[in-house]
Amino acid sequence: MINKTTVASRFSQISRRLLMAGAAATVMSLPAFAPAEAQETLKLGLVAAMSGQSAKSGEAIVRGLSVAIDEINAKGGVLGKQVELIVRDDESNPAKGVVAARELVQREKVVGLFGGLDTPVSMAIVPFANQAKVPFMGVWAAGTPITRNGAAENYVFRVSAVDVLVDKALLAYAIKKYNAKKPGMILINNSWGESNEAGLKAALAEKNMNYVGIEKFQDADVDVVPQLTRLKEAGADVLFMVANVAPSSQVVKSLDRMGWDVPIVSHWGPAGGRFSELAGPSGAKVHFIQTYSFAGNLSPKGEAVLAALKKKYPEIKTLADVTPAVGIANAYDAMHLMTLAIAKAGSTEGPKVREGFYAIDSYNGLIKNYAKPFSAANHDALTSEDYLFTYFKEGQIIPLTN
Amino acid sequence: MLVISAIVSGLAVGSMYGLIALGFHVTYVVSNTVNFSQGSAMMLGAVLGYTFGVKFGWPMPLAVAMALALCALFGLVVERALVRPFAERGSNAWLMATVAGGIVLDNVVLFTFGKEPRAFPSVMGQTRVEIFGAGVYVLQLIIPLVGLLITAGLHLAFTRTRMGKALLAVVQNKDAARLMGINVRSAIALSFALSTALAGLAGLLIAPLFSVHSDMGTLFGIKAFAVAILGGISSASGVMLAGLLYGLIEALVTAFAGSTYTRSSPSPSSLSRSL
Repeated sequence: MINKTTVASRFSQISRRLLMAGAAATVMSLPAFAPAEAQETLKLGLVAAMSGQSAKSGEAIVRGLSVAIDEINAKGGVLGKQVELIVRDDESNPAKGVVAARELVQREKVVGLFGGLDTPVSMAIVPFANQAKVPFMGVWAAGTPITRNGAAENYVFRVSAVDVLVDKALLAYAIKKYNAKKPGMILINNSWGESNEAGLKAALAEKNMNYVGIEKFQDADVDVVPQLTRLKEAGADVLFMVANVAPSSQVVKSLDRMGWDVPIVSHWGPAGGRFSELAGPSGAKVHFIQTYSFAGNLSPKGEAVLAALKKKYPEIKTLADVTPAVGIANAYDAMHLMTLAIAKAGSTEGPKVREGFYAIDSYNGLIKNYAKPFSAANHDALTSEDYLFTYFKEGQIIPLTN
Repeated sequence: MLVISAIVSGLAVGSMYGLIALGFHVTYVVSNTVNFSQGSAMMLGAVLGYTFGVKFGWPMPLAVAMALALCALFGLVVERALVRPFAERGSNAWLMATVAGGIVLDNVVLFTFGKEPRAFPSVMGQTRVEIFGAGVYVLQLIIPLVGLLITAGLHLAFTRTRMGKALLAVVQNKDAARLMGINVRSAIALSFALSTALAGLAGLLIAPLFSVHSDMGTLFGIKAFAVAILGGISSASGVMLAGLLYGLIEALVTAFAGSTYTRSSPSPSSLSRSL
């Protein structure tokens, strides 16, 4: 029919063209530039996943930031200006995140940036933020090197969990709750997974414990059984899981299929979406870490924020609608801390705002009362004492009481 | 047990690659063109199946039939709007046009279907059986079966039926085929409809084991294209065999060498970085 050489040459041609097509497609899908506002406001930018698998996380962050902005603006704003939030979608893609951050700083002239859920995206923005001397506040991504990035002048702050501390907490929980002796790790294959691999290894070494295996998997993996079977045959008695909601649910489904009933102690990936629906009933077996929950008895501040959320977003009816509570709560406190730092600095210049962060004495926040949350040596406002363990029950995140 | 479960997993996933790659094969043998939005067609099958079967609550056979019919319609649109105008003028711009078509479809689905991955419940994807001690879902056994049946069917259709031979005649010599009374345009259109329906079927089959979202087809589309080339695109059985082998190798390498060594295929983000 067709001789082999024509097929071969045609395909070298086609694959070359496919590459060009892909390159063009990448360029075409860059975010459209919005016209600059003429109004005199204090602009703050957010670069987060507003579409794709983690879209719900971006929505939660926007809600937390917006409720805080409403409070700040009702009290007259910062430095006499109203605060304005400009949101850009990074589509969970590091390259797009950097482009968006650059555009926000250089074109929109934002005086501070907030980051989203994806550690790889935040890691890509960190060098730019430090170089441009623009404060970059993490509200979700927990990768250790985001704030501990080794820069001489570090402009990256965070109100969120920190992998290295989370990993210690995961191990402590696995030992206390399940008497774990031979843990195995099932980690997403990206820089977030790597950050936790290092953290878990360090936490285990501290307790003179060993792991039986480390397995990686991809976001798009349908089947994680081969990896899990290796861990099972190695004799794992507890699994540490680090992955976002969709891949986490593939792990749970694969465990169901194998018929392996093993405790799973997880980072907070499952909190980012419809974990109950995706993972099925066994999803409730996954115990994962959070920094905040709107369930149970709330502090007066918690009640107030929840009421403000319901008022501003009428689609929020039950607690299931504020499921990624960490995104909302971290973002809410982070916005207040950012504006406090700007107020302390009395200026919007990056280096002065950075000193402003160190100068914050106390702030009565949603997650806790912050006392001297930041110093030159510590850019993370939350500590391991601020973590709690939770599980999913019919779409709601319920705190575990122990 | 490790081997058995890896083999079953590998064959099921490999059949998905094979089914989508068969779509590349079908249009290639008829018109020398391929549809690079095959991955999106696979996603469309799953999304439509979810919408009709789960959201609207239609009976599953009806939902599946409707989803496949609409996938075929998508193929017709791709052929008419994105391939024919270029191919008939001797241009290769259909390559870019079909890639763009896929991006457009992904985004339309993103805004209509929603941003969050959803679960596609199916009894076959939840019923567990044990084979030599390894647990598998019934669906994982059905998928390779469907793949093999369709491959055999395509092979027979192309070699034994009048219509199949007419389709193949088109690629060898369009003018001669036309003189023999073969409607060349509808033959090519039919091949595109068939290719997207095959991808849609793959999407419907994998959905209960995976989750339904707007970018679920991207990686499958890329892997399936690799499979189509490995299988020598012009042979249906070669393409399916390549798909099964690709899936098997993926699973077996993970099982024996560990998942650090499975990176035989680029993720979409690393692909876009390298471009």
